[in-house]
Amino acid sequence: MIVEGRAWVVGDDISTDLLYPQVAYTMPLAEAARMVFRANRPGWSDLVEPGDLIVGGRSFGIGSSRPAVALLRELGIAGTFAESFSNLYFRNCVNFALPALAIPGILSIVEEGDRIRVDLATGTAENLRTGASVGGPPLPPELLSIVEQGGVMAALEAQGYLAPE
Amino acid sequence: MGQTMTEKILARTAGRESVAPGDIVVCEVDRAVLIDMQFSSLAVRWRQPLRVAHPERIALIVDHGAPAPTLRDADGHRRARAFAEAFGIDDFFDIGHHGICHQVIAERGLARPGELLLCSDSHTCAGGAFNTAARGVGGLEMLQVACAGSTWFVVAPSIRVELTGRLGEHCEGKDVFLALAGKHGSALNMNLDVVGDGLASLSLHDRRTIATQCAEINAEFAVFAYDDVVGEHLEARGVRGFSPVAPDPDAHYEAHWQLDLGSFGPQVATPGKIVGNVADAADLAGTRLDQCFIGSCANGHLEDFRLAAEILEGRQVAAGTRLIVTPASQAVYLDAVRAGYVTTIMEAGGVVTSSTCGACFGYHMGVLGDGEVCLTASTRNFKGRMGSPSSEVYMASTRTVAASAIAGAIVDPREVLG
Repeated sequence: MIVEGRAWVVGDDISTDLLYPQVAYTMPLAEAARMVFRANRPGWSDLVEPGDLIVGGRSFGIGSSRPAVALLRELGIAGTFAESFSNLYFRNCVNFALPALAIPGILSIVEEGDRIRVDLATGTAENLRTGASVGGPPLPPELLSIVEQGGVMAALEAQGYLAPE
Repeated sequence: MGQTMTEKILARTAGRESVAPGDIVVCEVDRAVLIDMQFSSLAVRWRQPLRVAHPERIALIVDHGAPAPTLRDADGHRRARAFAEAFGIDDFFDIGHHGICHQVIAERGLARPGELLLCSDSHTCAGGAFNTAARGVGGLEMLQVACAGSTWFVVAPSIRVELTGRLGEHCEGKDVFLALAGKHGSALNMNLDVVGDGLASLSLHDRRTIATQCAEINAEFAVFAYDDVVGEHLEARGVRGFSPVAPDPDAHYEAHWQLDLGSFGPQVATPGKIVGNVADAADLAGTRLDQCFIGSCANGHLEDFRLAAEILEGRQVAAGTRLIVTPASQAVYLDAVRAGYVTTIMEAGGVVTSSTCGACFGYHMGVLGDGEVCLTASTRNFKGRMGSPSSEVYMASTRTVAASAIAGAIVDPREVLG
């Protein structure tokens, strides 16, 4: 699986409370998605375009189990990549079928606005502006398969646990 | 090669002799705990399953929005009741029998030694205090676990955490956690085996606070050694037939952490995060406070009520400062009323709310306004966590919060307690 898009760069310790502030709990999905990063980058959600990617630092997604990935998907974010992830957030990415991979060193080759290409099966990220690349462990085939097949909802439908919609 | 406690539990539930870091395993989940949030979510609409694999392994607890503060919560609770009814969920804790899920799990003995417990709340690692491999996963993943009964793990490397010595005067589990994080930092995606004669000296209350907070250093699983303290707690609740795990002598650890419980005094975490943000309470003395909060799965226990009441007895919360205390369950609330703790807190000018996750995640009953400063004994100090993005959350023990509420500013509780 290869993901390509424009990168938004954020720092270390991006918490789920920044991704999905509690004020968004009582809002419909489209409105809630506008609240992403309102505390650390007010107005950011107005600048996002479908297909954009987020590149974060260490411990991206630290915090709660809240479905922040659903808000990112609503904004059209096509993948989140980071120096390292909080594993609970990473699990949510896999289960919501949002491409995600920890790639140590990715921040050293990406500046905000660069177009990047990430190959989840090989674990490599390439900056299409500079040609620089960096690699790490790939997404294990078992997890890549969950992402490629559309995540948990699709699997539960296929297995007959949920009625198809 | 020998195995850690988490590795033993993952191996058993995966039907394997052993596992090693890097292995990807699919595990049968011994206990699945659902909470109200995923039934009321507007971001991911609840879909009622057609069937569930093991209804007897499922518990359902109403906690985050209890009693319902909004229409969306009320509708979520209706869907939760319909789910419990449809699948005959006996372990359903609705309004009146509710509490924060990790407190209910502890009270009811749902976290059993040597078992795997998952719940869609990130502080599920609280169950680690009972020698349980317990962790939070997403609501979507809990739906899968409820339906299919299993989920996957990439086995993480482990850290051995050895606690030694005895707790200093007026220190608590919260101080242990903050001192540990201050000394050793992040455990990002590592399993923790928590052991040592220092651990054996700690009450279950303190152990549960420490276990709960392991989410803040990004631990995967944090499994605490089993001993008679755990055994007696479970025996008193009629819980039997479990098989505790202990680490093998030759278990492999990536790192060894050690903490002398007598080597620190009251600690405070400054706003934003825990790792790299821990200071002695005395160093932050004088920081003015708009709100003080005691509650959550970490510090809404009966013991927290006792400690708070002891400090507040005959004293008054400072003018210009609010003290909010939230019991972690209906059972804690009732016991705190009977013991007179609620009366003492109210006479001091504190507010005691009904049991809920409430103020801890800035949802209701204690939300912070613009620029306000809070000292909390709850679970998290993220930017915007308890309300306005411009509010600030400091974190400390129950004693430190209660003593600071009287002063209207952060104090070292030893100054009040002598």
